[in-house]
Amino acid sequence: MTINTNPKKLRGFEQFINVKVENVSRRSILKGLGIAGGLVLAAPVMSRPAFAAYKTGASEMPHGTVVDPRVFVSIAPDGMVTIVAHRAEMGTGVRTSLPLIVAEEMEADWSRVRVQQAHGDEVRYGNQDTDGSRSTRHYLMPMRQIGASARAMLEAAAAKRWGVPVSEVKAANHEVVHNASGRRIGFGDLAADAAKEPVPSIEGLKLKDPKDFRYLGKGEISIVDLHDITTGAAHYGSDTRLPGMKYAVIARPPVTGGKPVSFDAAEAMKISGVEKVIEVKGWPWPSKFQPLGGVAVIARNTGAAIKGRDALKVVWDDGPNGKYDSVAYRAELEEAARKPGLIVRKEGDVDAALKGADKVIVGEYYLPHLAHVAMETPVAVADVKGDKAEIWAPVQSSGGTREDVAKTLGIPEENVTVNVTLLGGGFGRKSKCDYALEAALLSKELGAPVKVQWTRDDDIRNGFLHTVSVERIEAGLDKKGKVIAWRHRSVAPSIASTFEAGTVHQAPFELGMGLVDMPFEIANIQCENPEAAAHTRIGWFRSVSNIPRAFAVQSMVGELAHATNRDQKEMLLELIGSPRILDLSSSVKGLWNYGEPYASYPIDTARLRRAVELVAEKGEWGRSVPKGHGLGIAVHRSFVSYIATIIEVAVDDKGKFTVPRVDTAIDCGTYVNPERIQSQIEGAAIMGMSLAKYGEITFKDGKVQQRNYDDFQVIRIDEAPRVTNVHIVPPGPDTPPSGVGEPGVPPFAPALANAIFAATGKRIRAMPIGKQLEA
Amino acid sequence: MIKVKINGQEQNWDGDPDLPLLWFLRDEVGLTGTKYGCGEALCGACTVMVDKEATRSCITSMSDVVGREVTTIEGLHPAGDHPVQKAWRQLNVPQCGYCQAGQIMQAAALLTQNPKPSHDQIVEAMSGNICRCGCYQRIENAVRLASTGV
Repeated sequence: MTINTNPKKLRGFEQFINVKVENVSRRSILKGLGIAGGLVLAAPVMSRPAFAAYKTGASEMPHGTVVDPRVFVSIAPDGMVTIVAHRAEMGTGVRTSLPLIVAEEMEADWSRVRVQQAHGDEVRYGNQDTDGSRSTRHYLMPMRQIGASARAMLEAAAAKRWGVPVSEVKAANHEVVHNASGRRIGFGDLAADAAKEPVPSIEGLKLKDPKDFRYLGKGEISIVDLHDITTGAAHYGSDTRLPGMKYAVIARPPVTGGKPVSFDAAEAMKISGVEKVIEVKGWPWPSKFQPLGGVAVIARNTGAAIKGRDALKVVWDDGPNGKYDSVAYRAELEEAARKPGLIVRKEGDVDAALKGADKVIVGEYYLPHLAHVAMETPVAVADVKGDKAEIWAPVQSSGGTREDVAKTLGIPEENVTVNVTLLGGGFGRKSKCDYALEAALLSKELGAPVKVQWTRDDDIRNGFLHTVSVERIEAGLDKKGKVIAWRHRSVAPSIASTFEAGTVHQAPFELGMGLVDMPFEIANIQCENPEAAAHTRIGWFRSVSNIPRAFAVQSMVGELAHATNRDQKEMLLELIGSPRILDLSSSVKGLWNYGEPYASYPIDTARLRRAVELVAEKGEWGRSVPKGHGLGIAVHRSFVSYIATIIEVAVDDKGKFTVPRVDTAIDCGTYVNPERIQSQIEGAAIMGMSLAKYGEITFKDGKVQQRNYDDFQVIRIDEAPRVTNVHIVPPGPDTPPSGVGEPGVPPFAPALANAIFAATGKRIRAMPIGKQLEA
Repeated sequence: MIKVKINGQEQNWDGDPDLPLLWFLRDEVGLTGTKYGCGEALCGACTVMVDKEATRSCITSMSDVVGREVTTIEGLHPAGDHPVQKAWRQLNVPQCGYCQAGQIMQAAALLTQNPKPSHDQIVEAMSGNICRCGCYQRIENAVRLASTGV
């Protein structure tokens, strides 16, 4: 397989485009920030290279990192500080936490800071792909540097004005103070002078001592959008309204790779409010994020467009995937998992060790396709005029959207403006901008602003689904019950199949999510990846391949504990083995480490053990529980964080189960906002419970069989875990930050399965659990 | 011509009487605080009050609200300081926030009818409202906080 699978540049598998250095004028920056006159620190220079105390993969991302304070910070004469948020807000709190880091370092008073959302412009702001649980990990240090630079410029300006050495002045709480004379000047008064100061070199910057932090690590600052969210004023993708805007709903091919043969719009045109029915261009599958094509109903409001689409008659050619059937496909995956596949990790001699083992335990685990079903379905507004396009959309990848809109319309990227709204949930779905491309194509054709609204049916039936996989593990035990052999075969269609036809193997970034990076101390390990072809669009889903891998590996730990009559946690710690840094350099070719340099983010089993031990302590592992209840534990490293979960399950005599308590310990290194970490982990428990209880998208005759929240159910408040406790591992002094948004999900399903086994003696090997316990 | 009072203001509609109230609010009046989530009363994102009752605006047609009083999130409290809104902020309930207008309207309607709901009553009243981010623990706590005084 020769496709380019460098996931660090994963904005698709397309060529990494050349960075065009744009000479941005001061005026356009000021305009971009939308503030009038008298500002400082907002000026146009190209980025300084980022200097970091620890190295991250940030510089490897498309367009790297920009740490110029004049790009991110401006100060109005009245002292109001504006800080740019260049990442997308989908519920993690990043739109607050990154500007908060800047404010912390520059000594700005948060009550006098406003946050300005950046357009998609990676030449100016650096990489904007909000995915991979990367924002804090990649931007904690750059944001500190931006803030510290701004502070240094303000201090230099004050010192000059007073004619004192800069060493005698100090910025504190929105002003600069000269202690010796008691003089002080507010940031607003210094703004114009500070703008004339040279931007200090990164190497000479003095960062604040963490013990002086006012905001970071405290969790006392609420998200900037909180008030607006509670009053309905918060602006999501669907809330954009432009004069003369048309509303569009599209009938898309029900089978991936299909296309319309003919359509009859007569009935649709009779619907009150429907104005036009037109074909939308589609691209042959696979085509990355390009639109599927179809037939669009254009109306004066969304309701009319939906009703018009219902009345539309389209004849489809289903194309090559018309026979995709989930029952048959599962059998295919299982068959593949029972035969040798491409070896992707090898230590020792697993065949010989399994042959010589006293006992071999085999577990075959199945996880079906999942749909993201963010509360806000895909939606976008486009206004295309001549060779210029403006987009308003909830996109995780605003820079990528800009590139793709430009390519799709055949106009220069500089002519495309992408306004990033709040995202009503993302979960990886909104990393793919097909809906914005549809809006752009329609706006161009109609010569008017257009909003494309996906219905829930569209979202479930025409999305980019989480893969479907069979994970088969064979573990060999010696006479003493020690695990001496481990073979894990993972079979699943790859996300790479959405970019390149003929893909049958998983990409390194998928193999690195819980397969080849498996941390157990076992003498003979072999990981294999048999072939699997995709028959629908596969995409990133929160936590990605870690979901099936953690389910398989951590369920197998439970199975081994049972086979050897040991406590789950003791078994787990024995398998993790000694505290050590894993060296996979000779056993895994091109290990993918979430795009991070291994030296900064190695696989550290001491941290894995600590997460287990903390959750066991706080979660009261081993406590006695009522009859019908059981405890289960699981730990998983993902997005370079370490997360352990204990679940208490209660199963009644009819096989109905509830979760009275969840405890999760997370070691995400140095962190910014513990309150948002808590909310992410609480939410991960809900998502974990959703996928474990109900999550399943199935295909028949090439078509998705589910269509809304009634047949693709997610957990509601009455089925939610009663209590989720979150325990954050205190970071070491120099521990770099790591992921939070995604890593909470993977340990949930295996911890639940292990708890169910403890409660009932029934081993769950296929998700969702559905009615399996009721049988 | 359909006449309906929305947040105290009279609005007229002379289009399709079957148009769901949701799209009238969002696309015709411009009150975008009320959200689309499913179109079939399965998720509660579109919840408004019709004559003080929590109502799914996505399946309520314009002909159903003739002469009625509709309250949306924008009209719940002039300053956004309804006890439910304040409790939501105090407990940092939202993550992405998209479903929260519907959650808040549902909770406000509950407290109008039952000022001191029990745990089970809160869970029952709120179980029609989906939050994909998973803010349920805080939603429950916030409804309780709102019912006991913020």
